[in-house]
Amino acid sequence: MPMARATLEFSSQRFLDVVIASPQGRIDQSSVEAFQQSLMRVLDDIDGHPAALLLDLTGVDYISSVGLRVVMVAARRMKTRPARIAAAGLQPVVREIFEISRFHHVVEVFAGLRDGVQALSPKALEAYDAAARRPGP
Amino acid sequence: MKRVRFWGTRGSLPVALTTTGVRAKVAAALRAAAGRHFGSDDELAGFLDGLPPHVSGTYGGHTSCVEIDNGSGEYVLCDLGSGVRPFGQAVVARHGPASAQTFHVFMSHVHWDHIMGLPFFTPAYLPCNHVRFYGGHADLEAALRRQQEPPSFPVDFSIFGARLEFAHLPPGVTHHVAGMAVELLLQRHAGDSYGYRFTCGGRTVVYSTDSEHKLDDRAEAERFVEFFRGADLVIFDAMYSLAESISVKADWGHSSNLVGVDLCHTAGVRTLCLFHHEPVHGDEALGNILAETRRYEEISRTGAPLQVLAAYDGMEIEL
Repeated sequence: MPMARATLEFSSQRFLDVVIASPQGRIDQSSVEAFQQSLMRVLDDIDGHPAALLLDLTGVDYISSVGLRVVMVAARRMKTRPARIAAAGLQPVVREIFEISRFHHVVEVFAGLRDGVQALSPKALEAYDAAARRPGP
Repeated sequence: MKRVRFWGTRGSLPVALTTTGVRAKVAAALRAAAGRHFGSDDELAGFLDGLPPHVSGTYGGHTSCVEIDNGSGEYVLCDLGSGVRPFGQAVVARHGPASAQTFHVFMSHVHWDHIMGLPFFTPAYLPCNHVRFYGGHADLEAALRRQQEPPSFPVDFSIFGARLEFAHLPPGVTHHVAGMAVELLLQRHAGDSYGYRFTCGGRTVVYSTDSEHKLDDRAEAERFVEFFRGADLVIFDAMYSLAESISVKADWGHSSNLVGVDLCHTAGVRTLCLFHHEPVHGDEALGNILAETRRYEEISRTGAPLQVLAAYDGMEIEL
């Protein structure tokens, strides 16, 4: 029986030449379509700009093989530009899945989001830190 | 259906343990023994049983050949990789050379690693025997004959004494062979391959090797889920890691352990057996892949547990 499609919370933010894409929740067969559409929209937006992509996985508690395929599609698009792609903030279970699937060889993995931004672009780190210091609404 | 025996479990090419590999196992066993004295063979066997499997054993190196013991008294095989040679020798040793036997051989496809054992299949040389080949490929007989034509092999099909027959099995219908209901599914592989679903005596075994899964093809995934649905055992092509199978080795016609777990979970399968092992992997690497796959099964489980095994030459699974 076909599986029901689920929505997925997703946001993105740009810090100079680094775009951070932040999906939230469980990425599996039921939510993968929403994940793919959101991530591809981010990639379309940064086409033609010298930007790296950082996947913020702090809010992802599980990603299945179909979700990893979308990460592979994104990695291919970034590598043909060529531009860097990385992931950061992996929860322990998601980190295990990256290792079991060997996806840690496909995208660079950083412990924290700030580590990832720093590695991708020191310039962007200043903007990222400045935004972090700004008081919230 | 009583049990499944694995006579060949490697993909692509047979491999053998080297002296370096054997010495590493002996050294690891001696280190683990730490000077211990064994008073009997039973005590020694108990010690060996307690060692990690990659130290006390090996996954073996023969290419695909799986026996399904359905209790009918006739032999049922999947594929004719190099593992069919020891299978044939075991049959002759068991019955003697003059005892008439019937063999039903289901072919996933006719790539070299799946047919290379036929010229060394002793029962095919014995006039008392009957060998029936089944497959979804219309050119099955031609492919088997071709590998024994000059200059590839010294003797052609005329050397075989057994009665040989070929049956084309189209997918989409249920066939009845040796007391089993048999269904086929077309799989994604160069030149096509076919998966088999065997049902007999309330038990179902699926043999699905040399099969690539495109993760963006939801209709294809649903076809496989239905084909695997409720099976007691799925023998699954897990040759590559997921990352390899969708990047550098995309379109090579093989799948991964993670896709096997995901499909079997969705289909409510009881046991997944990783099969068609990458020939570059040694015993320790295969043991690690099994442990990782079990962990992934645990992480990804949302319903009943799925038992995960890794096939090795000589392994038996009771159904």
